[in-house]
Amino acid sequence: MKINIKRFNQANEPQKFNNEFEVSNTNLLQAFNEIKKEHDETLTYRCGCKSGVCGSCAVRVNGVERLACKTNINENDVIEPIKNSKVIKDLVVDVSHETLLIEKTNSFMQDNSDEEIEQKDINKIDRQSNCILCNSCYSSCPVYEANKSFLGPFALSRALRYSNDKKMANNDLIIESIQSNGIWDCTLCGACTMVCPQGIDPKMDILQLQGLASQKGYTNPYQATFDSNMGFDMSDMGFDPNGSF
Amino acid sequence: MYDVIIIGSGAAGLSAALSAKEKNSKTLVISKTQPTHSQTVQAQGGINAVLYEDKDSIEQHVADTYNASKEISSKDNINFMCSNAKDTINWLDEIGVPFNRDKENKISQRKFGGTKKIRTCYSSDYTGLKILHTLFDQCIKNKIEFLNEHVLLDLIVEDKICKGVVILDILSGEIKEIYSKSIILATGGYAGIYQNFTTNSYSNTADGIAIALRAGAKLSNMEFVQFHPTALVNSNILISESARGEGGYLVDKDGNRFIDELKARDEVARAIYTRITNKESVYLDLRHLGLEKINDLMPQERRLALEFSNVKLEEELLPINPAAHYTMGGIKTNINGQTNIKNLYASGECAQANIHGANRLGGNSLLEIVTLGKHIGSYASENIDNEISVQDINSNKLELIKEEIENIFEYKNEINLYKCKDEVGQILFDKAGLFKDKNSLNEALKQINEIKNSLDEIGVVDKQKEYNKNLLEFLEFRNILDIALVVIESALNREESRGSHYRVDYPNIDVSYLKNSKAVLEENKVSCSFEDVV
Ligand SMILES: Cc1cc2nc3c(=O)[nH]c(=O)nc-3n(C[C@H](O)[C@H](O)[C@H](O)COP(=O)(O)OP(=O)(O)OC[C@H]3O[C@@H](n4cnc5c(N)ncnc54)[C@H](O)[C@@H]3O)c2cc1C
Ligand code: SF4
Ligand code: SF4
Ligand code: FES
Repeated sequence: MKINIKRFNQANEPQKFNNEFEVSNTNLLQAFNEIKKEHDETLTYRCGCKSGVCGSCAVRVNGVERLACKTNINENDVIEPIKNSKVIKDLVVDVSHETLLIEKTNSFMQDNSDEEIEQKDINKIDRQSNCILCNSCYSSCPVYEANKSFLGPFALSRALRYSNDKKMANNDLIIESIQSNGIWDCTLCGACTMVCPQGIDPKMDILQLQGLASQKGYTNPYQATFDSNMGFDMSDMGFDPNGSF
Repeated sequence: MYDVIIIGSGAAGLSAALSAKEKNSKTLVISKTQPTHSQTVQAQGGINAVLYEDKDSIEQHVADTYNASKEISSKDNINFMCSNAKDTINWLDEIGVPFNRDKENKISQRKFGGTKKIRTCYSSDYTGLKILHTLFDQCIKNKIEFLNEHVLLDLIVEDKICKGVVILDILSGEIKEIYSKSIILATGGYAGIYQNFTTNSYSNTADGIAIALRAGAKLSNMEFVQFHPTALVNSNILISESARGEGGYLVDKDGNRFIDELKARDEVARAIYTRITNKESVYLDLRHLGLEKINDLMPQERRLALEFSNVKLEEELLPINPAAHYTMGGIKTNINGQTNIKNLYASGECAQANIHGANRLGGNSLLEIVTLGKHIGSYASENIDNEISVQDINSNKLELIKEEIENIFEYKNEINLYKCKDEVGQILFDKAGLFKDKNSLNEALKQINEIKNSLDEIGVVDKQKEYNKNLLEFLEFRNILDIALVVIESALNREESRGSHYRVDYPNIDVSYLKNSKAVLEENKVSCSFEDVV
């Protein structure tokens, strides 16, 4: 079986080049390993757990974000690095924004409440706390593509995870910190939801955050524009081609 | 000059970092991966603690751990861990780990092998993932400094005092040195050296232990490698012990059960492997549990079986085999993480803190790494008595290492590194795995030494400075080889069978080996001996 890998190497000319490889493994991560063994030791990619939990091996297969370790490949598949992040080498991209985003959204436990925790409270944050920081959602997000200051899907899902944690005395700080370049900038296109390997739904999470913010008296700064100029219908959560950016 | 440098960003490293920072130490975490890519995320089952003394007791937890260790552990050290377990869980709970709750809103617990009590706390099927991410979020909150994708190459040790580290910045390819008043190694275990026969992460390559050995540290109990009975055939992805705990069967090709599934991990693993060496397949059979129960109790196992083996647990048999999973041996420390080198500490799976002995109980590792990680982080912070200044350090380590790396780039590459890595895994699994004897071990020793002697024919193909994973994997491979040799030598020396260590030529436990093994490097050769358990 042939697969095509789009590669990038600062030291080589031309910088971007395609490589076709013949592989026998159908699991993509195993195919990468096979390439290093049989064809080219310089192929560069990240991997760790091989079981879909460390989040290190996200790539795009025929334009869709996938974890290499969980992906079966087909003839002539095209493999490339995830988008919206600087490519370091071949399939490895810069993920250093993670720390910054968590910091900006204050997504961590702050003051503890003394409330009793029930299983239903745990269920409420279970899905969001399964995030493996694989960056697939960032790669797919059109808003993040246009505006690197946008807080973006996983950071906002994490913000909701802590906002909804009953153990936390109050979530004012988080809600405040996601106003600018945050929840109102998302177009609710759902691209992030489509690609999340952990079944997380950042789009719904962002909607929930908008609800929480509204309760605290925040308003959508773009609302007026939508209503008067674009006739944006809030009940239609599909992709808005005009975007809000 | 830092107060505390921590190498490794698994739960052991991050727990240590948080407590060092709490003591106002100038703290830095250096890790060869991104923090959340650490192997700790793979832990599924849970973390042990006696939370409610009406049903269980700390004494019972100590006794279970001691029994599993086959008596080569320290009851004092185990007691320290078990007595602090409740605080550990409460702390994790407070900082946001979403532990499951029972009907009375208490933290839920499940049953793990090797104990009669229900003692394992969990966060659905993702206990390690949720613990590690929560710790990471806390590190960001507390503004802990990180150097990610920086790999430790060597320790700077002068007069048996550790003063700093030499690291390679993977991104830029630069080699740097950083000084610190104390250094904590939290680099994980060495089951990953069993390449292709392990549940461990690809990044688990025994680095910290190999580097400590070369720097003069004492290693201990390196022959004790725990094999998990049920890993998926081909991928060696773990299927949690809960599958058998909840009533799953182990069956042969004719559908017959052949072992009591609830026996200790090492016994079950050996029974399975015996079948496999006779060219028979072994399966995990959960069909009788039904879809509902499977989905209720082990959704992640069902997903793994489907995604990686294309098997529906409720309808089909799941082919499994044993795989190297956890390593009890490591850098010898006391309960404060201190090694035989001043100011060098070790914590987590890379350490041998006299707790797990010849066998580790499921759920005790997460407990150890967080409890001792925290303790060692604050102990190291409080014991900074050495006022070394940069002027006192005369090390030429940095130059030596730079030269060494330059040399590696000159090696010819006639042999493929990745094929060699596979070969080492195969040799270790076949000859120093579940069953071993003097002959097999000697053969393994010879073969690994041969590979080691051909390192300059393996070399690296990628000659670029930036993000050279090929070079990184070559350096890791040297560590794998060094530790493989120690594992084999230690296994040769322990002429008995105890816990996870099974010698076909010495099938019984032998009281004269009621000792810790010890391995040090003397004139570039591994030297093994035994010492009393204290
Ligand atoms: C599949 C699986 C399931 C498990 N389930 C359980 C369970 O249910 N309960 C339980 O108690 N235990 C379980 N364990 C065991 C437990 O997860 C590990 O023992 C534990 O996570 C080890 O943590 P650690 O912090 O010591 O090391 P790790 O999490 O392995 O982290 C090591 C760190 O060191 C870094 N590092 C390594 N070498 C270098 C270097 N040269 N330079 C810089 N950095 C370096 C790595 O990047 C990493 O950040 C499981 C293990 C596996 C593999
Ligand atoms: S939300 Fe999903 S896609 Fe995004 S980083 Fe987390 S796991 Fe990956
Ligand atoms: S729904 Fe929002 S966060 Fe998700 S991809 Fe679309 S714009 Fe980005
Ligand atoms: S290797 Fe860990 S998610 Fe793929």
